[in-house]
Amino acid sequence: MKLRGKGFRRDWRDWLWFLLFAGPNLALFVVFTYYPLARNFVLTLQDYNPILGEGTWVGLSNYVDVLQKDTQMARIFQNTLVFTVAAVSLILLLGLGCALLLNQKLRFRNGVRSLLFSPAVLAGSAVGVIWLYILDHRFGLIFQILKLVGITSPRWLLDPQWAMIALIIVYVWKNVGYATVIYIAGLQAIPADLYEAARVDGAGAMQRFRNITLPGLSPVTFFLGVTSVLNSFQAFDMINVLTRGGPVNSTNVLVYRLYEQGFTEIQNYGRASVVATILFVIMFIVTLIQLRTLERRVTYA
Amino acid sequence: MGIAAQRQLNQVFGYIGMALLVLLIGLPLLWLVSGSMKTNAEYFTADPTFIPNAIHFENFAKAWVQGNFGYYYINSIATTLLGAGAEVIMAVTTAYALVFLRVPGRNFFFVMLLVALMVPEQVVIIPNFLTVAEMGLLVTQSGDLTAAEYLRGWLAVVLPGASIAFGTFLLRQYFRTIPNDLVDAAKVDGANHWTTLMNVVVPVATPAIATTALLSFTAKWNEYLWPLIVTFVDQLRTLPIALRRMLDAEGNADWGVVMAAAILIVLPVIFVFLYAQRYVVDGLASGAVKG
Repeated sequence: MKLRGKGFRRDWRDWLWFLLFAGPNLALFVVFTYYPLARNFVLTLQDYNPILGEGTWVGLSNYVDVLQKDTQMARIFQNTLVFTVAAVSLILLLGLGCALLLNQKLRFRNGVRSLLFSPAVLAGSAVGVIWLYILDHRFGLIFQILKLVGITSPRWLLDPQWAMIALIIVYVWKNVGYATVIYIAGLQAIPADLYEAARVDGAGAMQRFRNITLPGLSPVTFFLGVTSVLNSFQAFDMINVLTRGGPVNSTNVLVYRLYEQGFTEIQNYGRASVVATILFVIMFIVTLIQLRTLERRVTYA
Repeated sequence: MGIAAQRQLNQVFGYIGMALLVLLIGLPLLWLVSGSMKTNAEYFTADPTFIPNAIHFENFAKAWVQGNFGYYYINSIATTLLGAGAEVIMAVTTAYALVFLRVPGRNFFFVMLLVALMVPEQVVIIPNFLTVAEMGLLVTQSGDLTAAEYLRGWLAVVLPGASIAFGTFLLRQYFRTIPNDLVDAAKVDGANHWTTLMNVVVPVATPAIATTALLSFTAKWNEYLWPLIVTFVDQLRTLPIALRRMLDAEGNADWGVVMAAAILIVLPVIFVFLYAQRYVVDGLASGAVKG
């Protein structure tokens, strides 16, 4: 039963409450999310002088600098793509695998689930430090294990061929537990009688997985896919600790380039804001593509 | 093969898989603990040990005293409490407003929130840096800091990230499951929205609020990029930034100390997580599955 009919007076009072309750949060969004989105765009068109606190209009020259004159940019795009695709697909696949494993009635499975999830809550900088030691090709854990089977360890973080692979390994190690936990919840949300019915109809394990489990998990996969892609574009802390984008830009990705351009000696806000705009546009497009494809899959499943 | 034998085989594979997972996740963590207790001599050897020859706790003392980790702890605690506190309070009140205050146009504000959810911090980091500088919050002079300078420095770290979209979204989902009758009954009893929130909604939603609080706490404690660019003086640095700088300074010199410092950073989160992981895991999962 709604308390209607008190009309305008109640509306007006509720508005005050609304302002009081939601106002501060929304105001912060305006100041630190919406306004800077616009200002970032303005900065791309300017040569900004931080000391004077003002910019001179330079048209599209920052875009030309970043997209045409910067010879490293192609490499950075490629790195970002490789990192995101590899990291996200590994996280989703391994996460699903672990979830299927831990969804069985096994002893200790809750303990294993907690352990698997634990790296996700650790500081990225600390995880970076742990893996610096593990990946050390002279003294590290991997070196030691490889020595047992007589293989020389690659020079992981010092070798442009291996640095990106090392980075992906560390990133997946940290984040796979999160995907697992979400997938387990997704598996448990699929009604058990669906499986029962399929079994009565004579469907095998593989058929049940393809026709019940996978479609049943598609909303969860959608959620995980979007959040993992968005997160992977923001993987800054580990890169800053492990490689600083090197060696020779082999692990330099868009978010790291943004930092380099804006907040190291270069300090060129114009070019940095162009990189930020590119990052935003790509993330937006990815979200839209994923939304559309997954919408189709969810509908026709 | 019979069904029973098949089931047993599955179990065997299951336990092998779990053992593998324990190794893959557990070994790196053990390697950290082991590294934090080693001397440098034991670190720089071609024949590394998994269990240190002798346990050296002095690495922790060195990190705390010579590494100034006492300072950094205070900064991390202050910025985490301020940041996570603001987030939790605003998430609760905003979610209440969006669910129980039926004002016209509230959907517009919800959409505003959803869009904000899609704008990552990194994209707006340059203009936000300029805004914080224009607000006079950046502390650049070194030397002893006054209380006001500490406050400014902490605010610079906290303010741009103090708004909360994800937590609000999570709580909104949860609040929508609270029966309207419960809230209406409070109104009939003459309660205003504040007392309704505190006496009716918050007690019912404690698990979801705990989830939000834990997520905020971890995110703030581990935050890296923003504190890195707005802290210019050593006295204001937070733990993750201090760890990175320690790596620069000590790098190949004293690994045991760096490892000990890394443990000092992750310890509070590990404790909180061990104590309350149910909330984190369940909360995240419900957001994903019902969302």
